Amino acid sequence: MKMKRPAIIILGFLLLSFGNPKGGSILSKVDQNLSSKNRITEAAMTVNGKRTSRAITSKTWSEGTKRSFTEYLSPASEKGTKMLKLGGQLWIYSPSTDRIIQISGNMLRQSVMGSDLSYEDMMDDRKLQEVYAEKIIGREWIGDRRAWVLKLTAIVEDVAYYSQKLWVDTARYVPLKQELYAKSGQLMKKIEYKDVRNIQGRWFPFSMTYKDMMKDGKGTEFKITSIKFDQVIPEYIFSKASLKK
Amino acid sequence: MIKFLLKGLLHDRSRSLLPIIVVSLGVMLTVFLHCWIYGIIGDSIRMSANFDTGHLKVMTRAYAEKSEQMPNDLAILGANKLVQELHKDQPDMDWVQRIRFGAQMDFPDDKGETRAQGPVAGWALDLLKPGSKEAERFNLEKSIVSGRMPSKPGEALITDDFAVKFKIRPGDKFTLFGTTMEGSMAFRNFTVAGTVRFGVGAIDKGAVITDISDAQQTFAMDDAAGEILGFFSDGNYDLEKASSIAQQFNASYESSKDEYAPVMLTLRDQEGMAEMLDYIDAASGIMIFAFLLAMSLVLWNAGLLGGLRRYNEFGVRLAMGESKSHIFNTLVYEGILIGIIGTIIGTAVGLAFSYLVHYVGLNTGGMMKNASIMIPVVVRTEVTPTAYFIGFVPGLLSVVLGNVLAGIGIYKRQTANLFKELEV
Repeated sequence: MKMKRPAIIILGFLLLSFGNPKGGSILSKVDQNLSSKNRITEAAMTVNGKRTSRAITSKTWSEGTKRSFTEYLSPASEKGTKMLKLGGQLWIYSPSTDRIIQISGNMLRQSVMGSDLSYEDMMDDRKLQEVYAEKIIGREWIGDRRAWVLKLTAIVEDVAYYSQKLWVDTARYVPLKQELYAKSGQLMKKIEYKDVRNIQGRWFPFSMTYKDMMKDGKGTEFKITSIKFDQVIPEYIFSKASLKK
Repeated sequence: MIKFLLKGLLHDRSRSLLPIIVVSLGVMLTVFLHCWIYGIIGDSIRMSANFDTGHLKVMTRAYAEKSEQMPNDLAILGANKLVQELHKDQPDMDWVQRIRFGAQMDFPDDKGETRAQGPVAGWALDLLKPGSKEAERFNLEKSIVSGRMPSKPGEALITDDFAVKFKIRPGDKFTLFGTTMEGSMAFRNFTVAGTVRFGVGAIDKGAVITDISDAQQTFAMDDAAGEILGFFSDGNYDLEKASSIAQQFNASYESSKDEYAPVMLTLRDQEGMAEMLDYIDAASGIMIFAFLLAMSLVLWNAGLLGGLRRYNEFGVRLAMGESKSHIFNTLVYEGILIGIIGTIIGTAVGLAFSYLVHYVGLNTGGMMKNASIMIPVVVRTEVTPTAYFIGFVPGLLSVVLGNVLAGIGIYKRQTANLFKELEV
C-alpha cells in the first residue's frame, strides 16, 4: 500500500526529532565529561612552529573553573616557570628573573609558550553551558564516530569567542572537533580532539591539536600523559607563595 | 639708461618703495616655505633611515614579508658571518645588526610583584661596542632627559614620557617580558640607565633601547638578528648606489628557494617608503607651485596697479613727444629693476630666516602629541641650492608681466585726445 507524501514528511520529522536530544542536554553531558571538582594533569605540548618544533612538559593542578596552577617541567629553558590562575587573574613566575608577573589586558591574548593557545584560552575554563546557547545544526561522521554538529552562540559578554561550531560524539558526549569564531564571523581557531579514553567513569580526550588560524605553523599538539580527577590538592598550591617554591 | 631709471625710482619712492616691499615679502615667503618643506622631508627621511630602514636593509625573505610585525622567529641566523661578508663586499658602508621587538615592561613593587606594566616598542642596537655609530644615529646622548647612556650589559634607556607615566627614575629596575625567537616566554631584568625623548610622538609614548647582546640573550637569538642595516659613510642616501648594491646582493641568492635566504632592500623599496617619498615629492611640488602661483598673482597685480597709477604721467610724456615704445620699454626696465632689487632683498631675508630655523628649530610638539607617524617634533628648515633662485620666479617674472600688461594701455592712447584726457 502506498503511503501519502505528507505522511512520509511527518514521519521523517518525527524520526529526526526522536534522534536529537533536547536543547541544552548535549552541552550538559559534555560538561559532565570535561568538568570535575578538581584534577591533576601531566601533559606534553608540542609546538610546531614555522621553523622549529618544541616539546614542553607540564604538570597542572586545577580546581573547578576558578583555580589552577601549572609548573613547566621541561625543556631546560622553561623548567621552573610557573603559572597561577585565581578567578580572572593570572600570574607567571620566571625563575631566571625571580619575578612574579601579572598577565592582564591585551597580554592575555598572547600565545602561551609560542603555542596556538592564548592565556585567555587557558583562563576560560567555564562550563560550555554557562557561556553558550546550543543549536543542533546537523549530524556528521568524524572518522568512525557519529557526531552532532552544534552551533554555539555566546549568552554572556566576557567571552573570547562569540560563536563556536562543535562536533560532539553522539554516544560518548565528548567533543571531536571545534571551530572558534570571532563576532565578525572570522574563524580564529580549530581544535581536533582524539584518543578519547574512559577514565574514572567519564570519557575524556587525551590528545588535542590546536591551530590558531592567524598564525603560521602547523599547530600545537597537546597530549595528556596522566590525568587524575577528584584528588586531594593542598590549599597552598593555589597561592602566590607556591610560585616561588 | 638703467642708471637714469634707477635714479628715478629712488627719487620717487611711490614708484619703488611699496613695490619693492611687496616683492620682497612675497619672495621671502616663497624661499622660506621651500626650505621649510624640504626641511621636514629631509628630517623625516633621515629619521626613518636611522630608526628603521637604514639606507639598505637585509632581512630573510620571510621576515621581509611581515617586517612591520617584527617577526623575530623569522630572523637571520648566522648574522655575524653575513655582516662580515657585507663588510667585505661593501667596505665603505657601515653594516649593523639590529633587533626590533614588541614586549611588556613590568615594574616591580617592594615585594617583587607587578606594580605597573605597559607595552613598549624595542630597539636593540650596538651600544656598547667601541666605535659604534648607532647611538649617534639615534641621537641618544642629546636625547637624554635624565640619567646617562648604558655603560654595561643589563642597562637600558626608556622614553621619558613612559617613565613619567609609570613613575620610573634612572636606577630603577624592570623586567622585559616578551617572546623568544622560538616562541617561548622571554624574561630579563634590566636597570634604567636613563630616560630619553626623541621628539617623535609615536616613539616617545613607549620605547626601550637596549644593547643588542642583551636582546640576543633575552630573546634566545644567539648569532641572530632581525635586520642588518647598511649606512653610507657620508650619511646621505644615494638611490642609484643603493639600488646597484641591492641588485648585486640579491642576484647572488636568486637561485635559492629557501624562504629564509637573505634579501636586501633599499630605503625606497621598503614598506610604504616609495609611496611616502613619491607622495612627499608630489605634495611638496603642488604646495610650492600653488604658493608660487598665488604670490605671482599678487605681485603681478602690484605691477599692474603701479602702471595704471601712472596713467597721467604717461599722457604727459606722450604729449611731450616721447614715443610709445620708449615709454613701454622704460616701464618694463623699471619692472626688472624693482623685481631684481625686491627678489635679492626677499631671498636674503628668506634665507636668513631659513638658516635661523635650521639651527634653532621650531618645536611643534603641541601639535604632534598624538602623531603615530615618524615626523620630528622639532622641525628644521633645509636650505637647498634651489632656495637661492626659486624667488626669482614670482619676484621678477610677475612684476615684469604686470608692468607689461599695464604698458599695453600706452599703445591704446591717441595723441589727439591726450589734452582732453589730461583735463579730466
